[in-house]
Amino acid sequence: MNEGRKEILQIVIVLVALVFLVKLFFIQVVDDRYAELSDSNAILRQTEYPVRGLIKDRHGKLIVYNTPEFNLEVLLKDVKRFDSAKFCAVFEISREELRKKFKEMKARKEYSRFKPTLFLSQLSTTDFAKVQDYLDEFPGFYVQPRTTRAYSSAALANALGYVSEISKTKLENDASKIYKQGDYIGQSGIEGFYEEQLRGTRGVRIKLRNVKGIIKGSFKDGAYDTLSIPGQDLTTGIDLELQKYGEYLMGGKSGSVAAIEPSSGEILALVSGPSYDPNLLTGRRYSSNFRLISSDTNKPLFNRPLMAQYRPGSIFKIAQAMTALQEGVITPETRIRCDRTLIDCHGDHTNEDLRGAITNSCNPYFLGVLRRMLNKGIIDDPFKDTRIGLAEWDKHIMSFGFGKPLGIDLPNEKNGLVPTPEMYDQAYHNRPWKFSNIYSIAIGEGENLVVPLQMANFVATIANRGYYYAPHIVKAIGKDQKPLPQYLIRHYTTIDSANFRVAIDAMQRVVDAGTGMRAKLRDIIVCGKTGTVQNDPLPDHAVFIAFAPRENPKIAISVYVEDSGQGGRSAASIASLMIEKYLLGHTNRPYIEQYVMNGKFLDPK
Amino acid sequence: MKREDSISGSLDWPTIGLYLALVFLGWINIYAVVYDEGVHQPIFSLTLNSGRQLVFIVASFFIIMGIVILDMRFYETFAYVLYGLILVLLFLVPIIGKEVGGNKAWIGIGSFGVQPSEFAKFVVALAVAKYISSVGFRMDNLRNQAILFGIIGLPMALILFQKDTGTALVFTSFIFVFFREGMSPFLMIVGICAAAIFILTLLIPNQLYLHGAIITLLILLIGFGKKKFKRIAILTVGAVMIMGVIESVDYVVTDVLKPHQQNRVKALINPDVDPLGFGWNVTQSKIAIGSGGFFGKGFLKGTQTKFDFVPEQSTDFIFCTIGEEHGWVGSLVVVALFVALLLRIIFIAERQKNRFTRVYAYSIASIFFFHFAVNIGMTVGLFPVIGIPLPFFSYGGSSLWGFTILLFILLKLDAHRGQVLQRI
Repeated sequence: MNEGRKEILQIVIVLVALVFLVKLFFIQVVDDRYAELSDSNAILRQTEYPVRGLIKDRHGKLIVYNTPEFNLEVLLKDVKRFDSAKFCAVFEISREELRKKFKEMKARKEYSRFKPTLFLSQLSTTDFAKVQDYLDEFPGFYVQPRTTRAYSSAALANALGYVSEISKTKLENDASKIYKQGDYIGQSGIEGFYEEQLRGTRGVRIKLRNVKGIIKGSFKDGAYDTLSIPGQDLTTGIDLELQKYGEYLMGGKSGSVAAIEPSSGEILALVSGPSYDPNLLTGRRYSSNFRLISSDTNKPLFNRPLMAQYRPGSIFKIAQAMTALQEGVITPETRIRCDRTLIDCHGDHTNEDLRGAITNSCNPYFLGVLRRMLNKGIIDDPFKDTRIGLAEWDKHIMSFGFGKPLGIDLPNEKNGLVPTPEMYDQAYHNRPWKFSNIYSIAIGEGENLVVPLQMANFVATIANRGYYYAPHIVKAIGKDQKPLPQYLIRHYTTIDSANFRVAIDAMQRVVDAGTGMRAKLRDIIVCGKTGTVQNDPLPDHAVFIAFAPRENPKIAISVYVEDSGQGGRSAASIASLMIEKYLLGHTNRPYIEQYVMNGKFLDPK
Repeated sequence: MKREDSISGSLDWPTIGLYLALVFLGWINIYAVVYDEGVHQPIFSLTLNSGRQLVFIVASFFIIMGIVILDMRFYETFAYVLYGLILVLLFLVPIIGKEVGGNKAWIGIGSFGVQPSEFAKFVVALAVAKYISSVGFRMDNLRNQAILFGIIGLPMALILFQKDTGTALVFTSFIFVFFREGMSPFLMIVGICAAAIFILTLLIPNQLYLHGAIITLLILLIGFGKKKFKRIAILTVGAVMIMGVIESVDYVVTDVLKPHQQNRVKALINPDVDPLGFGWNVTQSKIAIGSGGFFGKGFLKGTQTKFDFVPEQSTDFIFCTIGEEHGWVGSLVVVALFVALLLRIIFIAERQKNRFTRVYAYSIASIFFFHFAVNIGMTVGLFPVIGIPLPFFSYGGSSLWGFTILLFILLKLDAHRGQVLQRI
């Protein structure tokens, strides 16, 4: 009656064992998922943050360095009942904030009573000094050091940029997968452009942790750990004293100063007015300060030397002159009558040669020059002839670096604008246009747009008699003391070097005896050109470009002051003070400085 | 001396070998669980579970000696007395016991605690064996069957009252014994079908499909079989009953099972529903075992068990350590050892001339098999989490001693199989 029942039981036992072995084979050998899950359970990668690279000026003075800041962390399992009123007083938070912090912490996904959790971030050293005496009254609260950026002065804010927590969108677009949420990243300016060099290489320590997140030792005795490598230090071409002086002079004004060493393209000073104090954008008060600064109607975050596109005004006449000489439509001795019919002029000159026309900034002269250039009579049709002429003209003008970004090592550089035949076609909806439609570009008005950095580069090109190095802030990266390779390339203009002599002669006369006399220095020959840019209905913008000394120039500078009338007043004064300061280390003309600081540049109505 | 020699000579040494292998492997795996790289405590340290387990192992050797020395007739003669005693103890546990891990299943003796339910297993096995082997017992007699179910049902009820569901369920394994001794397989088949339907109902969200399938099956069976009234009636009643079971599943899950038991069932079906909550045990257990790969991470190199990711890892989830540190190969060895032990016990059972010993042998085979199947089944996610230990492996004095007594009473009885007159 019980035949075969023994066998049935034996079969059941073996079958169950086989089911187990098959199931085990699947989860252990076939499915890799569990091994990964096991790693993510027990392996903790601790990032070791490298020290961010320092930023120095051309003489080795520190501009940006690192300073410790402190994060207050809490280990909930150690927290005992504490005096919340006192806690709020010590850490300067309200009771609501305290309650909110605890609530937020508990709502976080990785919340654990056994892991230190960030409670307050970015306490400064002064905050820390105040707080540390009270820390033992609040068990479970610990202070963790980390570094943040600090600035030796309030200067150069816009060029430096700032460092802040990486944004969600940036994090999602980060193909390198280097950043994690909460990481710091350079934003705009040098911090943004040289992020890769500054950030250094992170180290990682691979730790084993238990289920409560408590570290139980190194993975494989640290065999896979790497050390962090500090970021590279950057030496800029900035002369910090000159920069500070420039910002002082631009105080209360809108506009920009850009100074370049012509022989290298290194930027000596880059002032954007108004500016802000970069120290406001560090530490605990970053967010609230950023909101304040970015909503300021004076736009302190707008980096004018690179981003403000202005009409260049009379300084553009030098580019006209060089182009015309190169094309052979005039010689230095060519005279054109100042008839003032089509376009007005100033001063009492009547029939100047090229040098005289530049010195006196004669509008009809350059109108005539442009007419000769655009209507060479190659074709009878005046419309087509203008097209051909304009295309030629564009080629020369653009070779000065106008109409396209120069490639400075800062983000957000704007193009400016050099009008092309295609652009006019579009503007005139493909109806014909000719010289009489576009002649205001002859005197740097009309469609021309130039950013102040391009003006400075333009005058550096004149100082170099026909070539430039792309302007750049950083002259040496890390240990090899070289800038990025693109800044070692000379860019030649399409103009023969000999032609620049005429321009330089005229620019010397502008300062010696012309509209730029406020820029005259005693022992140094300054060559400059004023510009006064129409800005109806507001007062004109003042422009001045200059370089000095005449032979072997050391500094080329452009100054653009918004709404302050003639270029020979505010702009020429500021430019010459900057030149003086840079070449001599001090200024000898307190009356000019006084004049600049008074800020009354307009004629009384 | 001479007498003892003869006994040790007739003990079944292959079984003893398997026993020692399992106990030893269990011991070193308990050490692997508690081993802390930073501290380097030796396996013998009494502050560790492994050190204490060694004390339990040594104690069980004394228990073995006691079992072997005791007269073989003691076990059969005093089976009912022991049974009565254990019932009293189990009754007393909720009154005088201390609470450990939510279950009031322990009785304190000095600083040690023992779990009477662990010892109830061999006592009930003896009682069942005695009753089945008694003169005039017939498996097809309803009254005999009722008494038999009473023998296992009473301690089961008392243990359930201690809220130790796992141990109580172990007693259902006696069904295998009854089956071997001639009970109709109907009960077993009904049980397995009910369980299968229960799980199917949980797996298939819409019960209409199941009902549809059963009605289709019923129509097919009636259509293609002999069209006798009795057969059609039985089939129809059966189908209606199955559909009733399906309808009752929701009720059972939500109203009869306690919340933690519901969660264990749900975790089995889909551990990803709440991997940090009730799915934690199963998920972490599978991660630990699954991360072992083919050859394992190596002795003392497991991260999941050592760092407490797996709960109850030295007791109910000890198999995770084997799976993680010794991989599929290690798991194979352990599974093979258990299969060998079970088959050896059945082999021993079948060579008995005495029905008492044979029934007892099948009882312990069933108990070991239940523990083996449920424990490993739950760690690999094939069975709901039911807290019962893996015999000889899991940490704990009571369970080790209970299993040791179970096994060595059989070996003692087996050693004397030649001396016993055959009874039907």
